[in-house]
Amino acid sequence: MQDTQNSPFGGKGVIGFYPGCSLKGSSSDYSESVLAVAKAFDLELTEITDWNCCGATAAHNMNKELALSLSARILALAEKQGMEEVVVPCAACYNRLTVVQHELNKDAELKQRVVDIIEMPMSGNLQILNVMQMIDKYVAPRLEEKAITPFAHKVACYYGCLLVRPHDILKFDRLEDPQSMDILMKKSGAQPLDWAFKTECCGAGFSVSRTDVVAKLSGNIVKDAADRGAEAIIVACPMCQSNLDMRRPQINEYLRENINIPVLYITQAIGLAVGLSAKEVGLKKLFVPAQFA
Amino acid sequence: MSKIGVFICHCGENISATVDCEKVAAEAGKMDGVEFATDYKYMCSDPGQTLIKKAIKEKGLTGVVVGACSPRMHEPTFRKACSEAGLNSYMCEMSNLREHCSWVHEKSEETTDKAVDLVRMLVEKVKNNKPLNAIKVPITRKALVIGGGIAGIQAALDIANAGQQVIMVEKDPSIGGHMSQLSETFPTLDCSQCILTPRMVEVAQHPNITLYTYAELEHLDGFIGNFKATIRLKAKSVDYSLCTGCGECMTKCPSKKIPSEFNEGLGKRTAIYTPFPQAVPNKPVIDRLNCTYYQKGKCKVCQKVCPTGAIQYDLPDQFITEDIGAVVIATGFNVLNTDFFPEYGYGKYPDVINGLQFERLASASGPTLGEIRRPSDGKIPQKIVFIACSGSRDPAKGLPYCSKICCMYTAKHAMLYQHKVHEGESYVFYMDIRAGGKNYEEFVRRAIEDDGVNYIRGRVARVYEKDGKLIVKGADTLLGSKQVEIEADMVVLATAGVASPGAEELAQKMHVSYDAYKFFSEAHPKLKPVETNTAGIFLCGACQAPKDIPETVGMASGAAAKVIGLFSNSELTREPLIAVVNRSAPPVFSTCVGCFMCQTACPYNAIEREEIKNRNGEVIKTIAKVNPGLCQGCGTCVAFCRSKAIDIQGYSNEQMFAEVMALLNV
Repeated sequence: MQDTQNSPFGGKGVIGFYPGCSLKGSSSDYSESVLAVAKAFDLELTEITDWNCCGATAAHNMNKELALSLSARILALAEKQGMEEVVVPCAACYNRLTVVQHELNKDAELKQRVVDIIEMPMSGNLQILNVMQMIDKYVAPRLEEKAITPFAHKVACYYGCLLVRPHDILKFDRLEDPQSMDILMKKSGAQPLDWAFKTECCGAGFSVSRTDVVAKLSGNIVKDAADRGAEAIIVACPMCQSNLDMRRPQINEYLRENINIPVLYITQAIGLAVGLSAKEVGLKKLFVPAQFA
Repeated sequence: MSKIGVFICHCGENISATVDCEKVAAEAGKMDGVEFATDYKYMCSDPGQTLIKKAIKEKGLTGVVVGACSPRMHEPTFRKACSEAGLNSYMCEMSNLREHCSWVHEKSEETTDKAVDLVRMLVEKVKNNKPLNAIKVPITRKALVIGGGIAGIQAALDIANAGQQVIMVEKDPSIGGHMSQLSETFPTLDCSQCILTPRMVEVAQHPNITLYTYAELEHLDGFIGNFKATIRLKAKSVDYSLCTGCGECMTKCPSKKIPSEFNEGLGKRTAIYTPFPQAVPNKPVIDRLNCTYYQKGKCKVCQKVCPTGAIQYDLPDQFITEDIGAVVIATGFNVLNTDFFPEYGYGKYPDVINGLQFERLASASGPTLGEIRRPSDGKIPQKIVFIACSGSRDPAKGLPYCSKICCMYTAKHAMLYQHKVHEGESYVFYMDIRAGGKNYEEFVRRAIEDDGVNYIRGRVARVYEKDGKLIVKGADTLLGSKQVEIEADMVVLATAGVASPGAEELAQKMHVSYDAYKFFSEAHPKLKPVETNTAGIFLCGACQAPKDIPETVGMASGAAAKVIGLFSNSELTREPLIAVVNRSAPPVFSTCVGCFMCQTACPYNAIEREEIKNRNGEVIKTIAKVNPGLCQGCGTCVAFCRSKAIDIQGYSNEQMFAEVMALLNV
């Protein structure tokens, strides 16, 4: 609880946790590692009770009010449950929640309409943290001292698209050459590589419908990381992770190579650095096996 | 008894579209003291002015109110018309029915009512107006030119050749500015130094020009015709009266690894240095921050080798003050740093350079003596990519404006590269090719058609290094946004032109306005391009916005013409809208009690002490007196005066109260 008390909110606020669908399903290892790292740094994350889908890509392509209302309900619930900050590890959820809060804050009329739909008040003052921001705020200050088994590997930090876009709204990191993950990985003992594909598209939702496209796009990413000698690709997005990891057979087929660099969530790598076991950070759940523990 | 004439202008439809001008005139006609009121489509036109003049003469008007646009626009016009008809020009007032009424309100009866009120206020004011006469002030016929680049050089030479005195202040050790760094110039490919250096020498040798290099403006006080400039002469550590410019000190200086500003970091210089061999003056200064003696207390090699004993380490900065009549700002521009575009790898990859650095590589006086060799290993690049608009025209990441010169210099760079590396391949990524100018379009076509430069319309997403090559990833939008990748040996970024560092501070020192990008603002974007909003201060060249050499030179001559025009008068006519301390018959003399609160309040040091003496020469009373040459009519003293002894002529308390009461008494 120590860090909570050091929070700018005088320790009164509860730090919320919004897992979203991925972290409860295909990316449960992400969830496990986020919670394990938080615990290792005495950070208490409280899951938002009765949360719903953020709307993801589908909702805002179909119905704007629905898309706004889905995310707004989550934000309103968090506020109602006394949270002033909420950690959102999934890059897509983080993007949706932040964009929705921004859109509602700049349009009072729209906000009122959405408040009427969700039948809950919302102030729109919630601090929404992605996983890098959470680490930077609560973990990084003591990371170097606690990294007892440094993650001493060459890593390619892969940001994807949703963490930094749209830049005007998220105001997170540099748009075309983000640095936050590289800095954090350096603190946990890794050697981040200068590489060319840190914000290139992984193919995202085409994973299912056009696996060939994903194989090509994700393939280029994996190939550049491999060419530069990366021992691991580090990510902070469940979608990126699954494309680079789960689609590796298709990628290797496309590349006509056998690249077996594992794709770790940043919290898995940091967890290992601070002495958590492979089991605690869910390392076994990766498709491309990681031999780091 | 007042006989006021009211003239309501329609301003085409600018006013009449929302205000019922005829009704305003009719209402004005009913006001107390109004002798004549009418409306007309264009009051500022010749027939409109004639209408006013005729009415003054025929009706014997004692005051005029013109309800039209802002007085900033046409007050001089109407005052001149009144004066031509024999009425003191300060008996004419303008009521702003356009900016203050018609432009900001919908068409309605209330809008018309407001216009009537605005007119009523000025009618009441003008009843209290008193005839005033313009103030004559002497002019110091000496101009200060700030900046010794091509803009400053041109302006200084033009003014000096017209027989007037010029003081030129340049912050660097040599004049020449950015133009001296350029290789060849578009669209003729003549050598920049060859056309510039004779002019630099002319400045140094001109009997009417006093040149202060390594100097900066410290303060500027006063007003048009009568400025007082304080100039800081930065310590050169070299006594120029003894130095012969032999260069022995530079040869022997042990600190040789300092990145040369002149070569944009691609070459090195010593701590005691001249920026380049053709510098004017060709005498060195010591860069104290990089000098071993100043930093560590020992060395003094330069002093030992100097044959004339010119090196003097303890010379301090000196301050001189000069009386001047006009200022020309010619402080130039800079190129944007590339922090906005980390994905282009500037700073990370040594072979990603900016346009100014390419100029140095292509220049015969540059670090490679004009051979195009890349910075990392000195090899001649076989494939080179130029990225236009690296920072310009990009509101999301860079700057929204067009830097104007990059299309042309990029074409020139590619052309120079092809001329020097015959078998090489060059590519230019561009958004649009903006080649507006005499022979400019032809120049770009020549690069594409005769020299075989490959122009690709599209943006570059990223530059990264792979296997010793710089991979340039971009899109070709003329081929359906096809993605292109070029394996280049060198990349040149056409970074945006930005205001020079310190521009904002300089503008504040001189009370000159500047825009959001710290470029100095001209007084009017079309009709007063070389004036600033401060009388007597002019500007030219790229300190106002990025511009090329021909445009800069034209503007500099324009600014010079304005200075010469100003200096063609022996004295200056100023508006008499200044503060005065009231005077009355003995034994009161004035309601001023001599507290001199006004003196502490005055921002212009315009308040003096005046002793009122009797016949025997004994002082009876000491009161405040306003120096009409210094007073700017700001009114601060009026607000401070506790005995209501000071008033602004033309804006007296009486006149202001009359305006307010006119509103309240309706």
